[in-house]
Amino acid sequence: MALADFANPSRFLTFANRAIPWLGGVTLIAFAFGLNQAMVAPDDYQQGATVKIMFLHVPSAWLGMLGWGVMTIAALGTLVWRHPLADVAAKAAAPIGAAFTFLCLVTGSLWGRPEWGTYWVWDARLTSELVLFLLYLGVIALWRTVEDPSRAARAAAILTLVGAIDLPIIKFSVDWWNTLHQGTSVFRLGGSTIYPTILIPLFIMAVAFTLLFVTLHVAAMRNEILRRRVRTLRLMQASAAS
Amino acid sequence: MSPLAALLIRDMRIAVRVGGGALMGVLFFLVVVTLVPFAVGPDLALLKRIGPAILWLAALLASLLALDRLFAADHEDGSLDLILMSHAPLELVVAVKGVAHWLTTGLPLILAAPLSGLFLNLDAPAEAALVLTLLVGTPALTFIGLIGAAIAVALRRGGLLLAVIVLPLTVPVLIFGVAAANAAVVGPVPFGTPFTVLCALTLASLVVGPFAAAAALRQEME
Repeated sequence: MALADFANPSRFLTFANRAIPWLGGVTLIAFAFGLNQAMVAPDDYQQGATVKIMFLHVPSAWLGMLGWGVMTIAALGTLVWRHPLADVAAKAAAPIGAAFTFLCLVTGSLWGRPEWGTYWVWDARLTSELVLFLLYLGVIALWRTVEDPSRAARAAAILTLVGAIDLPIIKFSVDWWNTLHQGTSVFRLGGSTIYPTILIPLFIMAVAFTLLFVTLHVAAMRNEILRRRVRTLRLMQASAAS
Repeated sequence: MSPLAALLIRDMRIAVRVGGGALMGVLFFLVVVTLVPFAVGPDLALLKRIGPAILWLAALLASLLALDRLFAADHEDGSLDLILMSHAPLELVVAVKGVAHWLTTGLPLILAAPLSGLFLNLDAPAEAALVLTLLVGTPALTFIGLIGAAIAVALRRGGLLLAVIVLPLTVPVLIFGVAAANAAVVGPVPFGTPFTVLCALTLASLVVGPFAAAAALRQEME
């Protein structure tokens, strides 16, 4: 099925209703396998069992960034192609991305307490993640301020694109500013510095988190389409009554 | 007179007349700077150390003040529709409005900065570095703010939303502005390193700001 076919919301709803149980099932299996692998993975020689927080922390950080990526593609869809579903995809992705970013901040904070001795430090990575969270909240606030959904979509699309340009700059400037968090260790030149016994469960968890994101996103898009239909019906009812 | 020059003069006239926001920004800036010693105590050594940061933060907040009226006032009295229908490219129109805004709110603030620096126990080299960083950095704040002003043009709570969506985007400007101002006094990096990055951020926002704001205005006014 081509992307243009989904321009018809009813067709997307049929697809979503059929896909959500399967996606949910696959997500559950991936989480069961990933969590099991994470539990049997050896403890860190220095950190002990607290290293297991990483299996939640790192994937949620990735997904927090993926959320903005999805919103950026959807924003292009809104502004360039006027794809009707792009608005819905952008709106649905914002709270999910914000939730994953929040999860990343909370797990990082809980991990920081035993390892660094404090819940929060004004370190580069923590700070850029916090700014990403604030940007998500700004986009959500914009969605909630404009009443007409298609106008809200275009305003949010422009903010999303500007954010996509600014996010790498924020990341780089914050990196320059102050740092305690470890540097890039998974994807880097010369191979990963993480031992495979921990790296493989981490990747399985990342796949599980991505599946969770996709499932939640499709479900949220379905809800948003239904919510818009309810809104239209209410407007029609109100104009018929007057 | 070309339409763009006429628009610049019109915007500056509106800003300095009764009801305009030209001197509000600089007044707000001075009030914020005066409040800080009440909050952190009158320790001159501490004020000297955090002085550049305070002045930058006050400038950042002051530059947001008049922004929410930048397009909203024109939208309410209908002149924005005339501007949109004119033959002048909307990106340049937006840029000219940004320049007018900076000349009436940013520039007075920079002129007031040496006086505020005196209150915060800054010495002459620190003041010079601070004025230079503000001179280069405040246009970036205005032009990033333009995007928020254009997005929030027709909203009832535009001012609040503007601050929420614009302030996170100004993080890099704040970091490098304060870093350059501090580097001139205490080091350890030379003044030029963060200062050139600040220049780059300003140049980038001079390009991105008008295009994004013009796009937002076109979408809003459809």
